[in-house]
Amino acid sequence: MITLKNITKTFRVARRQAGFSQAVKALFTREYETIYALRDVSFSIAPGEMIGYIGPNGAGKSTTIKIMCGILTPDSGECRINGRTPWRERIVHVRDIGVVFGQRSQLWWDVPVIDSFELIRDIYRTPQDAYKKNLDELVEILELQEILKTPARSLSLGQRMRCEIVASLLHNPKVLFLDEPTIGLDAVSKIAVRQFIKRLNQKHGTTVLLTTHDMQDIEALTERIILIGKGQVLLDGSLSELKSRAQDGANAEEMVAALYREYEI
Amino acid sequence: MNLYAKYFSMHIKSQMQYKVSFFFTTLGQFLVSFAMFLSISFLFARFDSVGGFTYEEVLICFAVMLMAFSLGEFFGRGFDLFPRLLGDGGFDRALVRPRNVIFQVLASQMNFTRLGRLLQAAIVLVYALPRSGVVWTLDNIFTLSLMIICGSIVFFGLFVMYASIAFFTVQGLEAMNLLTNGGQEHGRLPFGVYGDGVLKFLTFVVPLALVQYYPLQYLVGRTNNFLYALLPLLATAFLLPCYVLFRVGLRFYKSTGS
Amino acid sequence: MVTAYRALFRIRFTNSLQYRAAAIAGLFTNFAWGFMYILAFLAFYRSNPGTFPMTMQQTVTYIWMQQAFMALFFIWIFDNSIFDSIESGQIAYELVRPIDLYGRWFTQTSANRLAGAALRCVPILTVAFLLPAPFRLVLPGEAGLLGLFFLSVLLSMGVVVSFTMPVYISTFYTLNSLGVRVAAGVVGDFLAGGYIPIPFFPDALRAAVELSPFGAMQNMPLLIFSGYLYGGALARGLVLQVFWLVMLLCVGRILMKRSLNRIVVQGG
Repeated sequence: MITLKNITKTFRVARRQAGFSQAVKALFTREYETIYALRDVSFSIAPGEMIGYIGPNGAGKSTTIKIMCGILTPDSGECRINGRTPWRERIVHVRDIGVVFGQRSQLWWDVPVIDSFELIRDIYRTPQDAYKKNLDELVEILELQEILKTPARSLSLGQRMRCEIVASLLHNPKVLFLDEPTIGLDAVSKIAVRQFIKRLNQKHGTTVLLTTHDMQDIEALTERIILIGKGQVLLDGSLSELKSRAQDGANAEEMVAALYREYEI
Repeated sequence: MNLYAKYFSMHIKSQMQYKVSFFFTTLGQFLVSFAMFLSISFLFARFDSVGGFTYEEVLICFAVMLMAFSLGEFFGRGFDLFPRLLGDGGFDRALVRPRNVIFQVLASQMNFTRLGRLLQAAIVLVYALPRSGVVWTLDNIFTLSLMIICGSIVFFGLFVMYASIAFFTVQGLEAMNLLTNGGQEHGRLPFGVYGDGVLKFLTFVVPLALVQYYPLQYLVGRTNNFLYALLPLLATAFLLPCYVLFRVGLRFYKSTGS
Repeated sequence: MVTAYRALFRIRFTNSLQYRAAAIAGLFTNFAWGFMYILAFLAFYRSNPGTFPMTMQQTVTYIWMQQAFMALFFIWIFDNSIFDSIESGQIAYELVRPIDLYGRWFTQTSANRLAGAALRCVPILTVAFLLPAPFRLVLPGEAGLLGLFFLSVLLSMGVVVSFTMPVYISTFYTLNSLGVRVAAGVVGDFLAGGYIPIPFFPDALRAAVELSPFGAMQNMPLLIFSGYLYGGALARGLVLQVFWLVMLLCVGRILMKRSLNRIVVQGG
């Protein structure tokens, strides 16, 4: 069970001007402005649900995920995940969650991926038999037998992303956050990743929150979407609801583009 | 500890993928400290003492500081490269793992290329100790080990401090070099020769003199007060403010995420 | 050429100014580092005034000028973008264009060095002028010496940059520049007087180094400014600087031509 209530987060950013004289001036004075990354964000997610969390770049998606992971502390508001506040009980909390940052790797670049997996096992103190069972299952579904002994640097992007997902699931988390997991992948890998996430959710009842720019991810995986723009939740509803509002014949991409226009984000 | 060993073997495996770079970096480290050693030798070919210390006594100083620094840098490498860890998201990854964050930063990097320096320091020490009249008595071995171990702890603390500042700004971090690299380089002479101001600063603010100048006096027989030999222990208290600063930085990071 | 210089210089200078704290911290570091060197030499001087090869005032001036113009004089301050472009293969795009690569690298690295020194030297020198004795930087007695100093600065930057060119070029062959970079940087800077001034070297080594290209680097302008070098020795030093500059330029150009031919033959 995940609940967010009135989460607000602001950042202070220095204004930077271009040009030679401005650069000299900035040596002595600097102006700041406050930017709302999140403003009164509230939603709740039931166990086993799959959510598509969408919005344009800079809307606040990553900030929300960072708060739910315990990386960031919000200015105000409440967040409970599995009965805990992430930023207050970091270590206990993170045992129950898995995170995939699509643009960043947690695998060791120069050593075989299996070594990375074993290190992660030790970090999470996962018992050997549970680890073994989990790994075997993941490796089989994602077809990774061939590449376990390969260093991450020699893997294709698709192979690496599948390994990233395995790395985030070895400790059998109840909640999985996926931050743009299909970014840059080819069609085959995208489909493999989607099928896998679907299966994981059905078989283990894992709660999944997924951010993406790829509307096909959303169509393939989630029934419910949350749209965020300029730090605010603009829409929280089912995909079919959204479809009914759209013009006939519009595909998912066009629907979302229309939404962005509608909310001027 | 077990986990640390695991990280250790991962780092060795990684570094062995780049044997050529590894070799040249080690060589470079060796050459830089060798150039420092040569500078001392050249100066003492002309001069017979500095501030009352002989060539061999200065060499002990040089070797001890070089060793302490290399060890401190080996263990503190993760903090030394902390801005990079912040930049590439590695630190966020550490925060979503159920382990102590400081431990994870510590284990995130290990720099084996520092072995070149360590070796050189050992050679210089073996050369200089007997020639400066230091006998292998128990209390001398104790004093020397304390100087090296506690020295590396102070340097480690400086790297933690460097990382703590990186939470707030990555600009101007260069100034910390003055204390880390500078402490090592200028520590080739007993800190007392730099005058009162420097000595006071390195006694009460950044306690590098507590692991170098004072115990050295006991080691080379300039004082019989055993308290001088124990001062390095006091220096390890420096870790406390460094730790506090890191916690403050961490709290700041969690509120800004920058 | 001059416009390219000016543009590069301006970009570099503005970029550096953006980083306020970095600039201040860098200055502070240079400054404190210089102070520690001076204190060390002062300690040696006090213990051995009779065998000190330079006067204390000359030594102090040498150290401040060295800190102020560091970016101009030290070999190890390589231009990493050149190494990167060769190692990553980006250089192929440069090679298809009809430009003089040697001239381009020479311009680029010397512009970077000049900009780096311009930023640092004014504040360091200003403060060093205002310090009380024995820490004060002292101007040369005659205006003529100042002119010779500036001439020697340019020559010595030329020698340093043309010395680094074969190091860049060697990357065409080795593809891992680290070894050459490290060796050239440490050994070169040591022999050039970057660790301790050349007059402090043992006499035999000193005589040899003074004739080598390393003696034609920072050693010359720093010793002229501090008033250590004058008259015949000064003139001889300047001639050697010109000699080494011409030699290194020729060697560098030849090496560049050869390596480019080889690359063209091999097809990159």
